[in-house]
Amino acid sequence: MRNPVSSETEIRGKIHKPLIHDSAIKQVTGEATYIDDIREPKDMLHLYVAQSSKAHAKITRLDVSAVREVPGVAAVYTAEDVPGVNDASPVLGDDPVFAEDLVEYVGQSLFLVAANTIEQARAAASMAVVEYEELEPILTVEQAISADSFVLPSRHLVRGEPQNALKKAENRLQGRFEIGGQDHFYLEGHISIATPREDGDVHIHCSTQHPTEVQHNVAKFLDVPDHSVTVEVRRMGGGFGGKETQGAWFAAMAALVATKTGRPAKLRLDRDDDMIMTGKRHDFVIQYDVGFNEEGRIDGVEFVFSSRCGRSADLSAAINDRTIFHADNCYYFENVSIISHRCKTHTVSNTAFRGFGGPQGMIGVERMMDEIAHEIGKDPLHIRKINLYGKTDRNVTPYHMEIEDNIAAEIIADLEKKADYAARRDAIRAFNKASPYLKKGIALTPVKFGISFTTTFLNQAGALLHVYTDGSVMLNHGGTEMGQGLFVKVAQVVAEELQIDIERVKITSTTTDKVPNTSATAASSGSDMNGKAAQAAARTIKERLIDFASDHYKVPASAITFLPNRIRIGEETITFAELVQQAYFNRISLSATGYYRTPKIHYDAENYSGRPFYYFAYGAAVSEAVIDTLTGENKITRVDIIHDTGKSLNPTIDLGQIEGGFIQGMGWLTTEELVFDGAGNLRTHAPSTYKIPACSDRPEIFNMEIYDAGENVENSIHKSKAVGEPPFMLAISAFNALTDAVGSVVDYQVFPSLDAPATPERILTAVQDVREKQAGYRRQAAE
Amino acid sequence: MRNTIRFVHKGQIRELEAIDPTQTVLNFLRYEDALTGTKEGCAEGDCGACTVVLGDRMEDGTIRYQAVNACIQFLPMLDGRELITVEDLQSSDGTLHPVQQAMIGSNATQCGFCTPGFVMSLFAEKHGRNSANRQDINNVLAGNLCRCTGYGTIIDAAEKSAEDGLQDSFHKTEKARAALLETLGADPMLSLDCQDKQYYAPTTVEEFSHLLKDHPDAVILAGATDIGLWVTKQHRRLETIIYLGRIKSLKSLDVTNDKVTIGAGVTYSDAWQTLGGLYPDLGELIRRIASTQIRNSGTIGGNIANGSPIGDTPPALIALDATLTLTGAKGSRNIPLEDFFIDYGKQDLKPGEFVEKVSFPSPSQDRTFRTYKLSKRFDQDISAVCGAFNLTLDGNTVKDIRICYGGMAGTPLRAGKAETALTGKDWTLDTVQNAMQAMEEDYSPLTDMRASREYRLSAAQNLLLKFFIETTEPEAETRLVGDLPSGRETAHA
Repeated sequence: MRNPVSSETEIRGKIHKPLIHDSAIKQVTGEATYIDDIREPKDMLHLYVAQSSKAHAKITRLDVSAVREVPGVAAVYTAEDVPGVNDASPVLGDDPVFAEDLVEYVGQSLFLVAANTIEQARAAASMAVVEYEELEPILTVEQAISADSFVLPSRHLVRGEPQNALKKAENRLQGRFEIGGQDHFYLEGHISIATPREDGDVHIHCSTQHPTEVQHNVAKFLDVPDHSVTVEVRRMGGGFGGKETQGAWFAAMAALVATKTGRPAKLRLDRDDDMIMTGKRHDFVIQYDVGFNEEGRIDGVEFVFSSRCGRSADLSAAINDRTIFHADNCYYFENVSIISHRCKTHTVSNTAFRGFGGPQGMIGVERMMDEIAHEIGKDPLHIRKINLYGKTDRNVTPYHMEIEDNIAAEIIADLEKKADYAARRDAIRAFNKASPYLKKGIALTPVKFGISFTTTFLNQAGALLHVYTDGSVMLNHGGTEMGQGLFVKVAQVVAEELQIDIERVKITSTTTDKVPNTSATAASSGSDMNGKAAQAAARTIKERLIDFASDHYKVPASAITFLPNRIRIGEETITFAELVQQAYFNRISLSATGYYRTPKIHYDAENYSGRPFYYFAYGAAVSEAVIDTLTGENKITRVDIIHDTGKSLNPTIDLGQIEGGFIQGMGWLTTEELVFDGAGNLRTHAPSTYKIPACSDRPEIFNMEIYDAGENVENSIHKSKAVGEPPFMLAISAFNALTDAVGSVVDYQVFPSLDAPATPERILTAVQDVREKQAGYRRQAAE
Repeated sequence: MRNTIRFVHKGQIRELEAIDPTQTVLNFLRYEDALTGTKEGCAEGDCGACTVVLGDRMEDGTIRYQAVNACIQFLPMLDGRELITVEDLQSSDGTLHPVQQAMIGSNATQCGFCTPGFVMSLFAEKHGRNSANRQDINNVLAGNLCRCTGYGTIIDAAEKSAEDGLQDSFHKTEKARAALLETLGADPMLSLDCQDKQYYAPTTVEEFSHLLKDHPDAVILAGATDIGLWVTKQHRRLETIIYLGRIKSLKSLDVTNDKVTIGAGVTYSDAWQTLGGLYPDLGELIRRIASTQIRNSGTIGGNIANGSPIGDTPPALIALDATLTLTGAKGSRNIPLEDFFIDYGKQDLKPGEFVEKVSFPSPSQDRTFRTYKLSKRFDQDISAVCGAFNLTLDGNTVKDIRICYGGMAGTPLRAGKAETALTGKDWTLDTVQNAMQAMEEDYSPLTDMRASREYRLSAAQNLLLKFFIETTEPEAETRLVGDLPSGRETAHA
C-alpha cells in the first residue's frame, strides 16, 4: 500500500517491542526469494566441481580433455585457467580455488565443469583422468601433534605463577576429553549465481555472510579491480558461520565462468558436496590440570587446547584465540596457563561456527568444575559460585581485561531459584536410587561471552539511507540476513530514529555497491554495529531536516520534535512526508551514509593483553537429562534459561536466538557426530547419517526468559546486547547433566569419562567405564 | 494405455506428456513450473524442505491429504492424484491460510528455508488428525528439520493450528476436486516412453506380472523412498520402471484371528494404526521409522524387497515368523521371510518375481513380543541396531523364542545360538545372561558411521536383557520415548 494509515500514538516497529521477522509472511507463502529461486535465464550454465578422492596426494596427472568433448559442456577450468590469484582465503592466501599439484583433503576442488544442465556437468566430470601419488595423511589431532603438523604456531598465555600454584595446591586433578566438530547444516547450501556485465564486470548473487570478502577474493582471482565485482545477498537460508569465508571459492568459480563464457553461471552445491567440501566447527582435545583448596576454589590451572584446523588456516587463528579468551568463562584464575595448538590435518579446513572457538574453551572449564566438585564431594554449583569473577576485585581476565559488567552471580541466583535447582537435584538423586535402569542428571552452567571481533579493525560498519519524497525510506547496511532477524532490528532502529512506522522503511539486499568494505556478519555483532551505523545515517538526515525546518519555519531547533509519523515545528505539526517534500523542494539532501566504529577496544595480540571486547553477554541454563543405562540412549527432558540481552531491541527475535542457539548447541554435544574414516573420507555427509536435533529432541519442558534487569553498561545500540552466539553455550549444561546421570550409575563414586557428542554409544561406553572403575576400586580396597 | 500423466493441480486436471519418468516432482516444480516455494535441502527425503501434499480420493468420496518429500517422488507418481504446494495455500484475495497465520503468529520463522515444508506438513495434519498433542506434533514434524528456531515456536504454531477450528478453502472445494480425482481413477494403465526411459503403472496384478515378464530387469517402484535416492544421490539412470502404486489389490491389509496379511503396496502410514493395535511395539517401531512424509510413501513390501541389512521392519517380522509371498507370471510361492535374505545385497527373488505380500501370526495370549530400535537420534534415523523378540513361555520355561536383529550382519539375522541357549530353559536372569554370551557367536557386526562393532554387540546383548526386564519387572522404567506396550506412558516422552 502506498500510504498506509500511520500510527499516531506510537510508531509500529518501536524498539524494545516484540516484532516478528520482516520476511515472515513471505517465508510462509514461499515468496521469500533465495538465490536458487531466482528465475534462470535460458542460457544459464550449471557448474559442477570435481573433487579430490584422496586426503593427501600429489596430482601426477589431470587430463580434462575428454570432459570438454561431452555434449552440453561449455567450459572446463582448472588452476591453469585462473587469470589472477588462485586463492579464496580470508587471511593467509592458503586456500587455492583449484588444487595445483597437491591435494590435502578429500573433497578439495580439482576442476570445474560448466554445462547446460547440472546432470551433464556432473556426468562429464567423471570423464577426466586424474592420477595421484598418494602421501601419508594426517587425520587426527594426535597424529598432527606427534608429527608437529600445525597450520599456525602454537600460542601460550600465562598469567601469575600457575606451575607454582599447582604444586602448592591442597588438591589437584588432571582431565582430558575430546569434543567433536559440527556441520553447520544450514538448510540452504552454498550457492552463487554470476552474471556477466559490460567492461568485464560481474555481478554475483552469493549466499554469504561476508559479501565484501567474496568481492575482494573474486576480484583478486579474476585479476580485476574490486569495483568490477558486485556481490549481493538478500537473505541466506541459514549461515551460522558456515558462510563467513566458505562461499568465496564458489563465487570465484561462478564468476570465472560468467566472465569467460559471457553466460550467466550457477554453482549450487548439493547437500553431500556441501558437507564434504566446506569447513565445520573445530573438534578439540582438551586437557586441564587444576589445583584447588578444600573448598573448591581454584589456585592455579593449566589448559591445553588442541584443535583440528584441517588443511589451511582459514579463520583458525581468531577461532583458537577465542578459545583462549573463553577458557575462563565466568571464573577468576589468578594463576593460569593456556596453551593452544592449531593442528594441520588432511581434512577439510575448519571454519567459523556460532561461538567461534568460545564453546570449546568454555566446555573445558565447565567440565573441570564438575570434576573438582566430584573430587571434594560438593555440588558443582557451589564450586562455580565460589570461583566467579568478583565485581571490584578478582575481576581481571587472564588477558588483562577488567570486567566492568559482571552479572553472572545475579543471573545464576535468579535461575537457581526459578528452576528450583536444589530441590530437583535432590529429587533426581532419589529417583536414581529407585530406578535401576534409567538414570537422571542435572547441571547448571553459566555463560560469559565477549562481544566484538577480536581482530580490532573489523569492528566497523557502514549504512546507507535514502529518504524518498513520499517519506518512504530505503535502508541498506553491511550486515547480512541469515534468519537471525538483523534486518528487522536495524529497521526498527531507523524507524525509531525517524519516528516513522517500520513499513515505511524498505529493507534491501546487502550489496557491495551500496556499502563498501564491510565486515562479515559474525561475532554476534550484526545489530550492534549495523544498528549504530544505520542510526548514524538516520541522525544525519534527521539533523538536516531539523536544520531545514528551523530555517524554513523560523523556529529554534529546540522547538522541533519528531513525534510518531509527524513533526511538531513550533506551533505547527506536519507529517514526515510533508517535511521531506518541503526539504526536497528546498534542495536538502535526503540521502546519507552512516558509519560506526566500536569504541574502547584495543588489544595487543602478541601479549594477549588489552580490551578485546566492548562488553560481555551473560546467561545461565539448567538442563535435566535422562539416560538408559542398557543402551546409552539419552534425552534432555527439561531446560531452564535466563539470558541477558541487555535492553532487548526485539524480545521476540532474541528469544528465537536463545532457543535456537541452545538447541543447536545441544545437537553439537549429543546427536551430531562427524565420522571420518581412516582414509579421510567424511562418512556423515547428509542428514541420513548426520543427525541435527529433530522436533522431538526439543526438551519437553523449555522455560526461558530474557534477564529482566538486563541493560548494557556500555553505549551499545539502545543499551541492547548481542545475542547470536552466546546462547549456544548454554547447552553445555546438557552435556554436564548427561555426565551427572552417568555418574549416578555408581552412586557418584567415579567421575565419568565422557567425550562429545554424547551419542548412545558414548554414554553406554561411559556407563561401562564407570562400572569397571568402581569394580577396580573395590578390588583394590579388598586387597 | 496412456502416455500422458494426469493429476489435479490448483483445482484443475493437468496433463503432461513427454516427461522424463525419473524427473523428481521437486525439480519439475522449481525449474519447469517456476514454483520455487518448495525447497531442496537434502534431496534424500530427510530434511522436509521439499514437503508437498498429495491428495487421494477415498472410498467415501473425501480426499485424504498426505505430506510427502517432493525431492524423491518421481513426476509420474503424481498420476491420478492431487498435488498441493505452498503456493496454493493463500486465498486468491491474499488471505493467509490458517496454518500460515499460526506460523506467523508464533514467530516460527527465522531463515525461512525450511518454512514452506513445515507449512505443508501442518497443512496435511490440519486436514488429517488435526492433533494438538505434543507427541503427535513431534510425529508430524519429525521429517522437517529446522536449524534455526529450536522448534519451540513451530510447536506453538502446530498447537494453534490444531486448535483454531478454522476452515480453509480446501474444505469448501473438496467435493469438486474429489470429482476430478474420481475421473482420473478410471484412467487406464500409464505407459511412458521418453528419452529412452520407460515407465509403466499397471492397475492389476495380472498387468503387472505380464509387464515384469517382458521386462525382467525393470525396477519395481512403490514409494520411491529408496529408489528415489538411486537417482538423486547415486545419479543412476533407471531405464525401465514398473510402478505398483496403482494396483488396488496390493494395498490390502487383512487381519484375522490367526493371521495378519500386508500387501506389497501398503504404506507404513496405512499399516501403523492397525499393526500398533495388534502389537504395540510394532506400532512404536513404525512410529520411529523415518518420518510422516516417508511413511506416507514408503511401503513395508518395499522395505523387504530392497534387502537392507538394517531393514526397519524385517527384524520384527522375522521374529514374528513372517511368511513372504513371491509372485510371478507362473504363480506364487511362500517362503519364510528370513530365507529371503540370502546375503548382503542378495535376495531370493527370481527374474519376473515380485514381493506380493507378507503375513505373520496375529497376537496370542501366550506370546510376548517386543522390538527396540537404537539410533543416534530418536526420530527419523536409521537403526544402528534393531532387536526383536518373540517369546512363548510354558509356565516359566521358554517354550519358544525368536530373536532377530538388524544392523548386526549383512542381512537381518536371527540369533540362533542365543535362541538355543534359552529354549527349554527357565526364563531367568542366569539363562538370559548365558544367551547374551552366546550372542557373541551369533554376530560379528561391523563398525560404520552409525556405531562401532563393540557398541553393536553390547547393545544387542543388553536389548535381550531389556526384554527380560520388561517381561519380569513390569514396573521398572525402561524406556525414554514412546509408550510402553502396557499402555503406560513413559515418564520422559
